[in-house]
Amino acid sequence: MSKPSLGIIGSGRLGTAIARQASAAGYVVRLANSRGPESLSLIVKVLLPGVIATTVDEAILQSDSIVLALPLNQYKSLPVQLLKGKIVIDAMNYWPPTEGEIPEFMNQEVTSSEYIEQYLPGARIVKTLNHVAYNELEQHSLPEASPGRRAIALAGNDADAKAKVELLINDMGFDAVDLGVLSNGRRFQPDTSLFNTRLTAQEIRST
Amino acid sequence: MELGVFSFGDVQRKVGKLGPTHESVTNLLEAIQLADEVGLDVFGVGEHHTEYFPASSPATILAAAAATTKNIKLTSAVTVLSTEDPVRVYQQFATADIVSGDRVEIIAGRGSSTESFPLFGYDLRDYDRLYAEKLELLLQINASKDGKVTWDGQFRPALNDIEIVPRPKKPMDIWLATGGNPESSIRAASLGMPITYAIIGGHVSRFAPLIDLYREASRQYDVSHADTRVAIATPGYIAEDAKDAKDTFWKSWSWTMTTLGRVRGFAAPTRQHYDSESNVDGALFAGSPEEITERIIALHKKIGHSRHIFQMDTGQLPHDKFLRSIELLGTKVAPMVREALKSE
Ligand SMILES: NC(=O)c1ccc[n+]([C@@H]2O[C@H](COP(=O)([O-])OP(=O)(O)OC[C@H]3O[C@@H](n4cnc5c(N)ncnc54)[C@H](OP(=O)(O)O)[C@@H]3O)[C@@H](O)[C@H]2O)c1
Repeated sequence: MSKPSLGIIGSGRLGTAIARQASAAGYVVRLANSRGPESLSLIVKVLLPGVIATTVDEAILQSDSIVLALPLNQYKSLPVQLLKGKIVIDAMNYWPPTEGEIPEFMNQEVTSSEYIEQYLPGARIVKTLNHVAYNELEQHSLPEASPGRRAIALAGNDADAKAKVELLINDMGFDAVDLGVLSNGRRFQPDTSLFNTRLTAQEIRST
Repeated sequence: MELGVFSFGDVQRKVGKLGPTHESVTNLLEAIQLADEVGLDVFGVGEHHTEYFPASSPATILAAAAATTKNIKLTSAVTVLSTEDPVRVYQQFATADIVSGDRVEIIAGRGSSTESFPLFGYDLRDYDRLYAEKLELLLQINASKDGKVTWDGQFRPALNDIEIVPRPKKPMDIWLATGGNPESSIRAASLGMPITYAIIGGHVSRFAPLIDLYREASRQYDVSHADTRVAIATPGYIAEDAKDAKDTFWKSWSWTMTTLGRVRGFAAPTRQHYDSESNVDGALFAGSPEEITERIIALHKKIGHSRHIFQMDTGQLPHDKFLRSIELLGTKVAPMVREALKSE
C-alpha cells in the first residue's frame, strides 16, 4: 500500500526535519512557506531530495494530512476553508520566550491546540510532534521494536485521524503514545516534564 | 584555521548568589586581553540582557578592548540586529574598528534570545522582516564608497543621501549567524556574507548538509566579492585533565541549560545527555587540550570550517578557570591545530 501524502506548512527547523523523516519513510511530502516555492528550490534540492516545494494552498489541497510547523504567532494566515476535513497535525507551541505573548493564547484554561481547533472549524486536529527538538527527530529515530525507542505523545478528538498520525509517527522512527482527547495535550506543552525530554512509550504512560 | 572565544559576560557566583554585573564587564576585558596575549585569533562578545549574561553593549566592550589589545580580531557574537538601529550599530562598531586598527567585525543574528524585543519595543511577529530589512541596510552602509546612504524601508525613517560616519579604512567584515534554519543559510549566500553556525546541542555533523546548502547557494547566487567563509560557534571548555574539564563544565553548562529550560519550558538536562554530547561528534567541546585538538581537526576534515569559537564562561564558571581555559586554547590547542592543518 502506498504511503499517504503529507503537506508541511513552515519550512524552518521543524518543518524541514519532519519533511526529511517522512520523505525517507516513503511519504509524498509537500513543503510550503509564506514566500512561495521559488524560495524553497535550493533547500529541497540540497537538503530534501524528493520533497516537493509548493504553495501553502497546494500543499493542503494535494495532501491527506497537513503539519502546522509555522510560528504560532502567524496562525492567522492559515487558509481556514482549505483545511476543512483535513487531518491537521498541530506541532506549534505557545512559547512567549521565543515568539512573544499572544493575548488570545494567554488563557491557561484552553490549550493552544484547542484554540487552533476552534479557529479551524472542520479540521481534524491532532496535537503532536511539538515536544521533540527538531534535530532529535533525526538523531533519535529508530526502527520499530528497537529497545529504548523514543516515543512521541499525541492527543486529539478524532480517533481515525489519530490512528493515521500514529502510523506517521511510527514511520518516522518513534513509538506513538495516545494520551486521549485534545485537551490532554496540556500534558506535553512547554513547561511540562514531557516537553523536550527523551522518554520511551512506557515512561510517557507512567508520568 | 582561526580559533577563538566568545562570551555573553558571565557573572560570578558570590556566596550562593549571583555577583554584581559590573564585575562581569571588567572580567570580560581581562579575558579579551589574555586571549590576545596567548595568540588567539578572535574574541566575540554576545549581546544579552539578563542578570547572568549582562553584556548588553558589545560595541562598548570591544572598543575598550580595541585600545588594549594588539592582534586579536574583535567581534560581536552576536548583535541582535532585529532590535537595533543599523545606523547606530554601524557607527559604534566603525568607531571601535578605527580604535583597533581594522580588527573589529560584526556577527549579525536574528536573535534566539528574544529579551531585546520587549525591551526595545519590537513585535516578535515581525521577527524575520525586521532582520531582513536591517541586515540589508547595515550591509549598504558598510559598503558605501563615499559614506552616503539613500535608503527606504518599513521599520526606520528613510535616509536620503545621508552621510554615516566615521568611515574605517575599509569595510568591516559582517557575518550572518544562524542556529540551523535553512533559510538563513540561503540568505547569507544571497547577500555574499560569510556565515557562523551556532551549535548549542546535538551532533555537530548535522550541520554538514546546511553548510553544503550554503556553499551550493553561494555558487548559484555568485555575488561579486562574496566572502564564503564558514565559522562554527559551540560551547567549549579546556582543562589539563579531561575528566576535570568535563566535570567543571557540566556544572556551568547544566546551570545555564536549567535556567534556559525554566524560561523556555523544557526539563533540566541529565548528566547522561551531557556525556553523550561532550564526546566525539557532540556539540560540547569540553576536555583536555589533546582531545579538543583532535575534535576540531576531525570536524574540520568533515566540514572545512575556517574558524571555530568557543563559549566557555556560562553558569558562573569561576573566572580563574575561564582564564586558564583561554590560555590552554591559545598555548596548547592552537599550535597543535595549526601544525596539523599547515599543509592546507
Ligand atoms: N524548533 C524546534 O525544535 C521545534 C520543535 C517542536 C515544535 N516547534 C514549533 O514549530 C513551529 C516552528 O518552529 P521552528 O523552530 O521550525 O521555526 P523556524 O525555524 O523559525 O521556521 C518557521 C517557518 O515558518 C515559515 N512561516 C512563517 N510564517 C509563515 C506563514 N504565515 N505561512 C507559512 N509559513 C510561514 C517560515 O518561513 P517564511 O518566513 O519564509 O514563510 C519558516 O520556514 C513553532 O510553533 C515551534 O513552537 C519547533
